[in-house]
Amino acid sequence: MRSFEYIRASKPEDAVRSGATIIAGGTNLLDLMKLEVMTPETLVDVTRLDMKSIDADDDGVRIGALVTNSDLAADPHIRRDYAVLSRALLAGASGQLRNKATTGGNLLQRTRCTYFTDTSQPCNKRDPGSGCAAIGGKNRILAILGASEKCIATHPSDMAVAMRALDARVEIRGHDGEIRLATLDDFYLLPGGNPEKETILGEGDLITSIHIPKPEPGKHIYRKVRDRSSYAFALVSVGGVLGIEGGKIAHASLAFGGLAPRPWRNAELEHALVGQTPDAALFDRAADILLADAKGQGDNDFKIPLARRTLKAALRELTGVSQ
Amino acid sequence: MTEHLKMDKVQPRMLDETGQGAITVPMDRPEGRLKVAGQATYAAEYKAENMAYGVLVRATITKGQVTSIDEGSVTSLPGVLGVFATGKMPRSPAQGTAGAAPIQPEGRVDYFGQPIAVIVAESFEQARHAASNLKIAYEAETAETDPETASEIDVPDGQLLDQGDIEAAMSDAAFTVDATYTTPPHNSAAMEPHASLAEWHGDNLVLHGAYQMLKFNREELADSLGIDPEKVRIHSPYVGGGFGGKLGISQEAIAAAVAARELKRPVRVVMARQQVFEMTMRRTESRQRVRLAADKDGKITGLAHEDRVSNLPEEGFSEPTAVASHFLYGGENRFFRQEVARIHRTTAGSVRAPGEAIGQLALECAMDELAEKTGIDPVQLRIQNIPEKHPESGLPFSSNSLAQCLTDGAERFGWSERKGVGKRREGEWFVGMGVASAARTNILMESRARVTLNPDGTALVETDMTDIGTGTYAILGQIAAEMLGLPTEKVTVELGDTNLPGASGSGGSWGAASAGSSVFLGAKAIRSKIAKSLGCAPEELRLKDGIATGANNRRPLAELMSGPISEEGHIEPGTTMEEFAQSGFGAHFCEVGVNAVTGEVRVRRMLAVFAAGRILNEKTARSQGHGGMIWGIGSALTEAIEHDPRDGRIVNHDFAEYHMPVHLDVPDLDVMFVEELDDHSNPLQSKGIGELGLSGAGAAVANAIYNACGVRVRDYPATPDKIFPHLPE
Repeated sequence: MRSFEYIRASKPEDAVRSGATIIAGGTNLLDLMKLEVMTPETLVDVTRLDMKSIDADDDGVRIGALVTNSDLAADPHIRRDYAVLSRALLAGASGQLRNKATTGGNLLQRTRCTYFTDTSQPCNKRDPGSGCAAIGGKNRILAILGASEKCIATHPSDMAVAMRALDARVEIRGHDGEIRLATLDDFYLLPGGNPEKETILGEGDLITSIHIPKPEPGKHIYRKVRDRSSYAFALVSVGGVLGIEGGKIAHASLAFGGLAPRPWRNAELEHALVGQTPDAALFDRAADILLADAKGQGDNDFKIPLARRTLKAALRELTGVSQ
Repeated sequence: MTEHLKMDKVQPRMLDETGQGAITVPMDRPEGRLKVAGQATYAAEYKAENMAYGVLVRATITKGQVTSIDEGSVTSLPGVLGVFATGKMPRSPAQGTAGAAPIQPEGRVDYFGQPIAVIVAESFEQARHAASNLKIAYEAETAETDPETASEIDVPDGQLLDQGDIEAAMSDAAFTVDATYTTPPHNSAAMEPHASLAEWHGDNLVLHGAYQMLKFNREELADSLGIDPEKVRIHSPYVGGGFGGKLGISQEAIAAAVAARELKRPVRVVMARQQVFEMTMRRTESRQRVRLAADKDGKITGLAHEDRVSNLPEEGFSEPTAVASHFLYGGENRFFRQEVARIHRTTAGSVRAPGEAIGQLALECAMDELAEKTGIDPVQLRIQNIPEKHPESGLPFSSNSLAQCLTDGAERFGWSERKGVGKRREGEWFVGMGVASAARTNILMESRARVTLNPDGTALVETDMTDIGTGTYAILGQIAAEMLGLPTEKVTVELGDTNLPGASGSGGSWGAASAGSSVFLGAKAIRSKIAKSLGCAPEELRLKDGIATGANNRRPLAELMSGPISEEGHIEPGTTMEEFAQSGFGAHFCEVGVNAVTGEVRVRRMLAVFAAGRILNEKTARSQGHGGMIWGIGSALTEAIEHDPRDGRIVNHDFAEYHMPVHLDVPDLDVMFVEELDDHSNPLQSKGIGELGLSGAGAAVANAIYNACGVRVRDYPATPDKIFPHLPE
């Protein structure tokens, strides 16, 4: 670990500091600092800032960036009206980690690609231009959608998958104190030629809260397929909300984890579902749309059929139609 | 005085006569409270005045020579004291019971991640930062890292056996199985990483370490440093798990000792988790071909078990994959052959139940396949093929209760409720049951202990034996208490110090029997002295709760003793190891659910029945069973080291991606013991139990998967991707 300066922020302005890295729960950052995957010169600890409340009303909920994953998962509003989020949180990490990890920090988790976390290996995300050792290496846990020839990392968060399905927006306080909101679609960048740039956050930006509109009535699901029952990242996960009226799908929002460099959502898939009578053929069509551009890397080829099966099972459960 | 016994003949069942009631009972571990309260000091927690901190530096090539180490690249960093041990650094840890230095290659690199130096600094953080930034130049060579394509293959003579005619047996058989199974590399993955603190007092070295076999480790460390073993003291009272990973002296100890000598101050070196994976030992991957030939009644007529494993060049160890296949089942035509691929991956060594752990993943799965072909129930097929005597050597078994384990287990588990393949479905889940036999060779090793009885009715047991979390403190105290007629709380046990009499060490499941027998003998000698004081023959003496009775005399110990009586017990293996085939046996039963959509497997319940001679402590023995069963779940479902195909580097070198079972993966585990005393094993009539719990456990899981959904996974572990493609969408 490289020596660093530690500053405790007492007001949001303190977080605006050139070259500084923000630390909240530290569950991911500290590991990466020990490995020297991340070597910040300055850490700004924001945990004293007033960003710990969950404020729900009839239109939605505003979740402070410092709300812990445990508290968020247990919140009665979240459990009742945003069940997919609560379930996704509880499907992630371990009890100890959830007690420490924050909402804002969870969104900014770094990939679990083992080539990213070993500094002896080339990695365009860690060391731009050095190459991608995961391509041609062991890539069982890596991406089949949204990857590029520079990077095939996956985003590890479960929480972010649920938030993507719930149309969450990230509230960002800019270096000048101006507040702006970004959808997760805008917030997360695909790797393209610059996998080191993962979000739209710039110098001095601070995530202050997450806004989630109240979902339309419907059934919630978070289904995570993993190598062991707990404390494993998703091979494939599906989260979302689906409502049925008069035997037809009235609305559907679905997001996917374990497949891509960011929580994945496909508008075309949802359009294909809405207004339709649910049946096996429809579910197949949805899976075809989701996976039309999927590309395996060898070890992770299985994710393509696994995502298909998992999506179809999720749709069966959401619609109650098993045939 | 020393009470010596070479185990050449059956010994009286003294522990049946003593009557104190200390043995077998499920006593809590006396040091357990210290451990859960954080008060047991582990190696990495010792501090010494003026201590410096060392961090090992790894090679980032697979094969070649270090041409230069640019010390200047780190010496200007704050706190750095220097780069040490480049000449003495061993390539690998010593293999178990080596008793001599491991290879010290002087800058030659044979696998990615091999330690090549230690950087020492004033603080741990400074040392770690410098270790990340030390510039090393190499002359790299191309390296073979794939056991399947390796050009250098050894065929060890010791693993070759060709009895009868296996080819003829296969062609004449009514039923045959010819299947190939593969198992991945494993890591011991003890909770405590490898850690050492070295302190020199003049020419004498004291090492606080985390080791399993101190008597051997002292020799290994001294030899590595080029000094007299008498000048080395290793202190290892608590070890946070071993599982074979701490059998031999490892690099951090030698590095700490060298750096401390040069700096003239204490140096502590603790491996990071990634280093434990890369630098210590892995269990080899294996490819195993098992052939079974059976007649129309399901009697096995031929059995062949061939395997390919790997290790580094010049490493003597090869996984004894087929060890239990030699005697679990009969059949007159037998063939065994091993190939050892010489490749450049992290050293292969003993990991929990070397041989049995992976050999039975293959053999017991093949038995399930034979059961299906013959249409005979898998429990019955096993029972009817248990040999009367060792099918190769012809030796009688010292004891063999496998049939009872299978029968009792089937009854208790509700085996008769097992349905046909794919016939039980609960919603999205296929549900099935599996069974496997367990066998783990029983071994007695030379061991010494000193037992002291005080007139106040307390006693002290001293030996350099280790407790690696298994319950050694408990059982050695129980044996002494039983023999001396004292309540167990009156006995203190001191372990883990090479200044004490040399023990067998913890490994090979021989620790309890070997160290326990030495304590038994020491206490037996004390009994003789007390009998003499009392004026009775030793066999007449009764000792209970501090009172001696015999020859119509009844006296408190204090009245019979003028001072403490101290006796050393010394056990050695003898002819009973040569005249009898000795093994613990058991049976595993497992029920799993397999998700029809995703292929995820969840173990629902497990039962193991063990026959391991006298059970010395029902609680710690049960815990050993639980541990083994959990290892079985891991090896069946989740655990696998992945090597990069290009350079052999271990890719998943931490607990985030090396998946051991977590709590939610482990259901209620049921363990039962069959009553058994083994008169040929040792004077306690016990057999090893630690590794028996793992042997066969994973195969029961795999067989349950097949029964549940009809997918036969022969490539362990059975992760979802190996199952769902074979299930209807």
